[in-house]
Amino acid sequence: MLLSLEQLDVWRGASHVLHGVSLEVEEGEIVALLGANGAGKTTTLLTISGLLRPRAGRARLRLEGRELDLLRLPVSEIVAAGVAHCPEGRQVFGGLSVNENLRMGAFLRRDGEVARDMEEMRRLFPILRERAHGLAGQLSGGEQMMLAIARALMSRPRLLLLDEPSLGLAPQMVEGIFDIIEEIRDRGTTVLLVEQNAATALEIADRAYVMEQGRVSLSGPAERLAADRRLQEAYLGITPAESEP
Amino acid sequence: MSGGYLLQQVLNGLVLGSFYALVAVGFSMIYGIVRLINFAHGDVVMVGAFAAFGILLVYGLPLWAAVLAVMTLGAILAMLIDLVAFRPQRGAPQVNGFITSLGVSILMQNLGILLLSGQPRPFNLPGWLRSNLELAGARVTVLELVTIVVTLLVLLGLTLFVRGTRLGIAMRATAENPAAAQLMGIKVNRAIATAFALGGALAALAGLLWAGRAGQIHPLMGFVPGLKAFVAAVIGGVGSLVGAVLGGYLLGFAEVLFVGLLPPAYGSYRDAFVFGLLILILLILPNGLLGRAAEERA
Repeated sequence: MLLSLEQLDVWRGASHVLHGVSLEVEEGEIVALLGANGAGKTTTLLTISGLLRPRAGRARLRLEGRELDLLRLPVSEIVAAGVAHCPEGRQVFGGLSVNENLRMGAFLRRDGEVARDMEEMRRLFPILRERAHGLAGQLSGGEQMMLAIARALMSRPRLLLLDEPSLGLAPQMVEGIFDIIEEIRDRGTTVLLVEQNAATALEIADRAYVMEQGRVSLSGPAERLAADRRLQEAYLGITPAESEP
Repeated sequence: MSGGYLLQQVLNGLVLGSFYALVAVGFSMIYGIVRLINFAHGDVVMVGAFAAFGILLVYGLPLWAAVLAVMTLGAILAMLIDLVAFRPQRGAPQVNGFITSLGVSILMQNLGILLLSGQPRPFNLPGWLRSNLELAGARVTVLELVTIVVTLLVLLGLTLFVRGTRLGIAMRATAENPAAAQLMGIKVNRAIATAFALGGALAALAGLLWAGRAGQIHPLMGFVPGLKAFVAAVIGGVGSLVGAVLGGYLLGFAEVLFVGLLPPAYGSYRDAFVFGLLILILLILPNGLLGRAAEERA
């Protein structure tokens, strides 16, 4: 088990957002976290990366036999431990150049291979080479998404938290992004993927959790969930009549 | 108008503008990263002047050493102010920080009066700095030339830092989006402290240069020049470093022009003119020359 969350209770201001959320992510998986707007998906990711702190529960990361208590680590040490968070709405640094954004992704790295990895990102996303010195704020939405993913990968994460990469993108762009997510997994980075677009997410995920009003309501292998009537009704926009044989 | 006279006015504008630019850059940098209008910034100028007094006139260190020492001291002081006064209320409404900065400003001025006395002290730089040079019909002191050159070098160094170094880029990233910066592993408080340190170093340097020109120092000397540097930052577009430099020189030239063109009897209205200019510019360009549309952070 790479990541395990146990019984997380998270409050944002006066509202109780997560109610005893538990989930696990195995090394090498793509795990999808599905659910409607406001179900607590983003809050879960923010808690893993340390930007939000729970009132109760545990969050642990296991790496090479070492177990880290994420709730005791400052955000920068969670990043250093190998968790990269590609946040909702991309949040690239619009006033910084594309190259500067990538450099910031590698902020904590002291090894000499940052330049090599930047070159690797430009191979993966050729637009980042083309616009290397342009401001990130002038990229299109899809290009910004690619930059946001590349920036997150620059920290050489073991676990990548991806929050709604398909949001606001054209369908063929979404397809390209999902292909890249699979490639990221194949290169050895585990992915926890938050999506509202359940159908597409289930195509690439190994397992999935479904959240409803701050609780995990359903979980299991992606194939099984894709065929699950409850999920189809709630999130895939398929009415029971249509799926009835 | 003779060429010498024109050159004289340009030199005067450059000297005054250099001073405003040095202080305005700090205002802008601090506002950019914590959305704080730091009125205590002008008093760092005052502390820089007193530090220069001690280092240069009492201990008699050479000018370059005094510049480095005063800048270091200004950096430490500004970081300390951030640590003690502003950091404990990070995330509080903007107005809290604003009021705190006024409090810190008054505290520093009164501590100055208490510890150093409110009487102005003569600040006489070594003779060679005060000696006059003839430059194509204009007269300029060595100190004025030093002011212009040192300011340009320092601003160039700041630009290289902010554009090219890991910490400098991290500072800009934090100013733009602190949460995303944190997700990069950037320690936000450290990035903020860096902005305060740089701003403090520049303000203290400005204090040294200003004191040398004015020939005297006192604990309240930072207030009005600090306000004017704030005006320069606003004219340039608060948050923009290039804008602050531009605003500083623009204000310097405008002030010199005003004093030079109008009858001497009106010279004492120069501050009224400066603030009038601010209102005029803000009426036409609400975000200043280079400022982006005002965005308030929740």
